[in-house]
Amino acid sequence: MAEATAEGFVPEILFWVGCSGSFDARAQKVTKTFAELLIKCKIPFAILGNEEQCTGDPARRAGNEFVFQMLALQNIQTLNMYGVTKIVTACPHCFNTLKNEYPALGGNYEVVHHTTFLQSLFNEGKLQVKGGSFKGKKITYHDSCYLGRINGIYEAPRQLLEALEVDLIEMKRCKTNGLCCGAGGAQMFKEDEPGQKRINVERAEEIVETGAGIVAANCPFGITMVTDGMKAKDKQDDILVYDISELILQAGLEIQK
Amino acid sequence: MGIQQLVFLVVSAAVFFIAFKKYKQIYRNIFLGKPQIISDHKNERWKNVILVAFGQKKMFKNFIPAIFHLFIYVAFLLTQIELIEILLDGILGKHRIFAEMLGGFYTFLLNSIEVLSLLALVATFVFLYRRNLLKIPRFVKSELNGWPKLDANLILIGEIFLVTGIFLMNSSDGLLQKMDTSHYPFTGDLVISSVAGSLFLSDLDINTLQMLERTGWWLHLFVVYGFILYLPYSKHFHVFLAFPNVYFSRLEPRGEMENMPAIMNEVKGMFGLPVETTQDGQGDVNMDFGAKDVFDFSWKTILDAYSCTECGRCTAVCPANLTGKKLSPRKILMDIRDRATEIGDNIDSGKKEFFSEGENTGDPEYFRKNYNDGKNLFSYISREEIHACTTCNACVEACPVLINPLEPILELRRYEILSESAGPPDWVPMFTAMENGGCVWQMPEEREKWRTEIGSPS
Repeated sequence: MAEATAEGFVPEILFWVGCSGSFDARAQKVTKTFAELLIKCKIPFAILGNEEQCTGDPARRAGNEFVFQMLALQNIQTLNMYGVTKIVTACPHCFNTLKNEYPALGGNYEVVHHTTFLQSLFNEGKLQVKGGSFKGKKITYHDSCYLGRINGIYEAPRQLLEALEVDLIEMKRCKTNGLCCGAGGAQMFKEDEPGQKRINVERAEEIVETGAGIVAANCPFGITMVTDGMKAKDKQDDILVYDISELILQAGLEIQK
Repeated sequence: MGIQQLVFLVVSAAVFFIAFKKYKQIYRNIFLGKPQIISDHKNERWKNVILVAFGQKKMFKNFIPAIFHLFIYVAFLLTQIELIEILLDGILGKHRIFAEMLGGFYTFLLNSIEVLSLLALVATFVFLYRRNLLKIPRFVKSELNGWPKLDANLILIGEIFLVTGIFLMNSSDGLLQKMDTSHYPFTGDLVISSVAGSLFLSDLDINTLQMLERTGWWLHLFVVYGFILYLPYSKHFHVFLAFPNVYFSRLEPRGEMENMPAIMNEVKGMFGLPVETTQDGQGDVNMDFGAKDVFDFSWKTILDAYSCTECGRCTAVCPANLTGKKLSPRKILMDIRDRATEIGDNIDSGKKEFFSEGENTGDPEYFRKNYNDGKNLFSYISREEIHACTTCNACVEACPVLINPLEPILELRRYEILSESAGPPDWVPMFTAMENGGCVWQMPEEREKWRTEIGSPS
């Protein structure tokens, strides 16, 4: 973003990468995939790079308002300084905090989750999604809490899967009843409380039941948790976990000239 | 004035006097919570009341219990008309005062009540079966042991008596109408009680029938009065509170946690940012943050707690509970309610030991500052429970009366971290990394390292 501003270039969107997208090896792949899709669709975008900080979501949900405010206020200063108006992110937790919690602190932006953004590109004809290798394949979709139940976005990701011509098999607990992967509310960063089972294993069992070979996800935490769940069920080679953007890129793109 | 009329008036006056005191106490307990003005979005709020409270919209996520609950609920609403008649008859010493006033509509009304009462009776047995024999997971959780389980069954048994009263009254009355037209106005043929009457009561003489009719009438009345007195001690208080609770339910986006202006302003001050002085909570360093007791919640959270029907739909979908963790959103609400009741009872006991200083003015602000019984909500709710929440909002989505179990959990977490500097040790490195490096993990690399591995964006 700093370079863009120096060159007098105003990007259409700011791609908010998030901590997972920046540092987690698996989520980095999603970041690269989404960036590649943006480049291929000729969408001018920028990132904050090292000026981006954690949105503060896990701190706030853990109860540490102080750390949340520190990070949020710094991020808002940065975003406002660059005059950012539209943010796209591949992380539902960042999405939620930027969209719903920054306004009260003075940060007002149009915030879009990458699945919604890709879907609108598809609707506008800027992104041609085709079935390719996924045509007719059994795929199930994991609604992340922060995209689905918390922000009511159930259809955009499903429409992308439909465009991929997959055989979408819904889990018993989907949409408003979707089962959590176990990572939200800063659980990602601590050991589980004592119990009989890990939440991601419960979810993994439900995924196995669908008979799907691929789980489509929309959240970096979800990908980590579901992948771990598959390992716990020894299904990591039979059921693969991908972000929806990855499925689109793998299926192949036809780019409008 | 007849003896019946006298007994009626004395009993009624006593019941309403006792009930008024108890209901007022619960009202006071709810407002032990912090003041919060909820006067926005009136249209949306009324829409919720119509769809969710009156319309039972959320109940229908689960069809079988919803349909049986609907029977009891509609029967309950409709029987109020009959109850008004019973009260008027009782006060005025009349018999079926509405019969002549309403004519054919009265017959229709009584028939509707009879059909719904029968459906409600079926529902009652279905519910007794579901609770006691079917072992539905949400009905056999540990937080229901003891009183909550008994409470649920008691009201169902009460319902059986209530319906029995109605049918006993109507079927003997139907036969009496044919024997003594001057005292027993014609009600028209009633679909269920006429059959019941001819099956079971047809051989009885007029005196026995009169006695049975009176027994049914008084039984109905006593069960209703019993309910009125019993409800404040029961989860069934939801029959009243569900409506205001839905009206006052949170309309903000689910993903938005309430901002804490005091902390925001302190951090703004730290960064040299302009602080809006109009906002409340100006950096009082001695202030406790979050909640440790009912005084620290908004009154709406206490209303949530008193509105809870202990149905456990929240707990049944809680990912933590499903996987054997101690957290049960229902228990959190029950604990808040029980704690509010405990504080209320202690306040009303008038004992000085519960107050640190000053004169008891009866003002919530006074209780908030001076009440002390050496306990708080953490005496009811363990740390393990609040630490297990993933904030997934499944409980919020599940509640048929729009209770928000997540808010108090997060307020308790805030108290633990901000006021006690405690909390799960695992979170300490996360906080440190966030504070020092702006990232949830302590990372030696650059944030934009991935960039070098694809075509360079701007």
